[in-house]
Amino acid sequence: MKKTISALLLGTAMTLAFAGIASADDKNVKIGVLSDQSGLYADLAGPGSTLAAQMAIEDSGLKAKGWTIDLISGDHQNKPDIGTTIARQWFDVDKVDVIADVPNSGVALAVNNVVKEKNGVYINSGAATSDLTNAQCSPNTVHWTYDTYMLAHATGQALVKAGGDTWFFLTADYAFGAALERDTTAVILANGGKVVGGVKHPLNTSDFSSFLLQAQASKAKIIGLANAGGDTTNAIKQAAEFGIVKGGQKLAALLLFLTDVKAIGLETAQGLNFTETFYWDLNDKTRAFSKRFSEKMKNGAMPTMVQAGVYSGLLHYFKALDALGANPHDGVKVVAKMKEIPTDDPLFGKGVVEANGRVTHDAYLFEVKKPSESKGPWDFYKLVGTVPGDQAFTPLSQSTCALLKK
Amino acid sequence: MQALYAQLLVGLINGSFYALLSLGLAVIFGMLNIINFAHGALYMMGAFVAYFLLNLGGINYWWALIIAPVVVGVFGMILERTMLQWLAGLDHLYGLLLTFGIALIVQGVFQNYFGSSGLPYSIPDQLKGGMNLGFMFLPIYRGWVVIFSLVVCIATWFLIEKTQLGAYLRAATENPTLVRAFGINVPRMITLTYGLGVGLAALAGVLSAPINQVRPLMGADLIIVVFAVVVIGGMGSIMGSIITGFALGVIEGLTKYFYPEASNTVVFVLMVLVLLVKPTGLTGRAA
Repeated sequence: MKKTISALLLGTAMTLAFAGIASADDKNVKIGVLSDQSGLYADLAGPGSTLAAQMAIEDSGLKAKGWTIDLISGDHQNKPDIGTTIARQWFDVDKVDVIADVPNSGVALAVNNVVKEKNGVYINSGAATSDLTNAQCSPNTVHWTYDTYMLAHATGQALVKAGGDTWFFLTADYAFGAALERDTTAVILANGGKVVGGVKHPLNTSDFSSFLLQAQASKAKIIGLANAGGDTTNAIKQAAEFGIVKGGQKLAALLLFLTDVKAIGLETAQGLNFTETFYWDLNDKTRAFSKRFSEKMKNGAMPTMVQAGVYSGLLHYFKALDALGANPHDGVKVVAKMKEIPTDDPLFGKGVVEANGRVTHDAYLFEVKKPSESKGPWDFYKLVGTVPGDQAFTPLSQSTCALLKK
Repeated sequence: MQALYAQLLVGLINGSFYALLSLGLAVIFGMLNIINFAHGALYMMGAFVAYFLLNLGGINYWWALIIAPVVVGVFGMILERTMLQWLAGLDHLYGLLLTFGIALIVQGVFQNYFGSSGLPYSIPDQLKGGMNLGFMFLPIYRGWVVIFSLVVCIATWFLIEKTQLGAYLRAATENPTLVRAFGINVPRMITLTYGLGVGLAALAGVLSAPINQVRPLMGADLIIVVFAVVVIGGMGSIMGSIITGFALGVIEGLTKYFYPEASNTVVFVLMVLVLLVKPTGLTGRAA
């Protein structure tokens, strides 16, 4: 009996000792890029986001410091249930430490809960909803690239101030559309404009003519497109067909990506105003990154701001890992470290990760070039204004995030 | 009230696409007994052929209207010769699974090379602009789509229901052995019919290229609705699928006006109702 007990004790002690050794040296991390790989957001995120993550791993320099970094990717198909199933499997079976990208606000919010429950790290680049750092904020989440508050303020405010004081919304009927419409409406009202009507359309609508006719009949000065990807491109293309812009109404693409402009073509897209936080042709650093990226993309595409955000978000994550030295498996601890270090990277410049998980950096107002002004296959934007990082995003005093109430 | 007229007209435009596509499906189902799930992918190919013709060969929209259906039709006939013909005597399920697989492969290949957000194709110069009808601004191109597809639908109906060739076709479906005894090459006729159905899908693809983006998934988004149209109209009924196509376009258009959130489900609600009340479809006959 005594022998058994002592053997057990010895075994336990040894296990603990080994565990201690293992954790002291644990420099293994696994990254999961969860994205829409084949649907309407696949071009603006998708395989390009995985490539961006790959490049971030290469550029982090952590491998030289003894880290082992694995990368896997998954397709959430724009369905929250599939997204959460993959996320759970990644944490439980594949031992993933950090989930990156996740476009589609509906999926993003669902995955947000899973990451919090599993104490992982969540670096969201693809989703727009500002709820990620407000009502549904989490100590495990960093929201990198953009959000509906930023889009609403930058684009919305600029348009209302330019005289566009009556609005009609075409809104994608899910979490993202609702958040974008809500945030933009707040800006319009605050600046003395009003919203005269709106339509909620199903996600992935191919024909907008019906909705556009309603928008036309509303006589609103601005038709706000609170949708994204294929929905936005179809709406813009068909608005041109129905003579909406010629009739004196103006389109506000509240969220427009580089790949969308490519898909619409400059002929139709010229003159559109919108906001992004990254463009490949901003400065030498963004051009250098984009050139490398484009060379590795199958269709030679330049990176979108979402893909750039995956890269920069992960770079910052790696900085936090480097600062921690080892043991990257406590999500809250890693994110706390990320909040401690100011952000500074070649693509988004300087900023901070605020206490609610919101990353701040400059936002840029762009206008789509005329076909005659474009010098190359991806030369699409003219910079018309910059909103400084400390003004572009929700001020902490207005954030409803529970983490701020400590 | 003015808005209502406009919505009716817009519905008719969408109905044209439903009609053209469900017509092709009905022809293929009626003559070959195959539930052609690859129809959406072939529609997409039609749009892509038009895009390639314009951007690689400088061949304009009007030629694409003729060339694209022929190219895709030939592709369809190769499919029929090499794969579908072996399933002739089997349960519908096999044809459905095979064509569904083909659709996934074709879409996957296109998506791999061209991404998902699509390529631009502009409206031909002759059809640019629009006219003010008083109650709405009608883009000329949309008007053209409605008229052109009506003509094509009626011509197809005439070909199958009113001509000698159509009579052979219908007879061959009824009793292939007997028709063969009269010296008619039934397998070749069936291949050509499949080519015709597929060509109709490609034609719809070319028509839609200037309106929607030329995207690998453009067919996948549409095909489910079109199947509902065929089920509502009655499987294999030519006239039924034409009328149902236009009618459902209108109903969908009205839904977009009164309750937009339901606009992509209303067709399926109707399908359920029709299946409950008259399982053979509105114009279908019991087998």
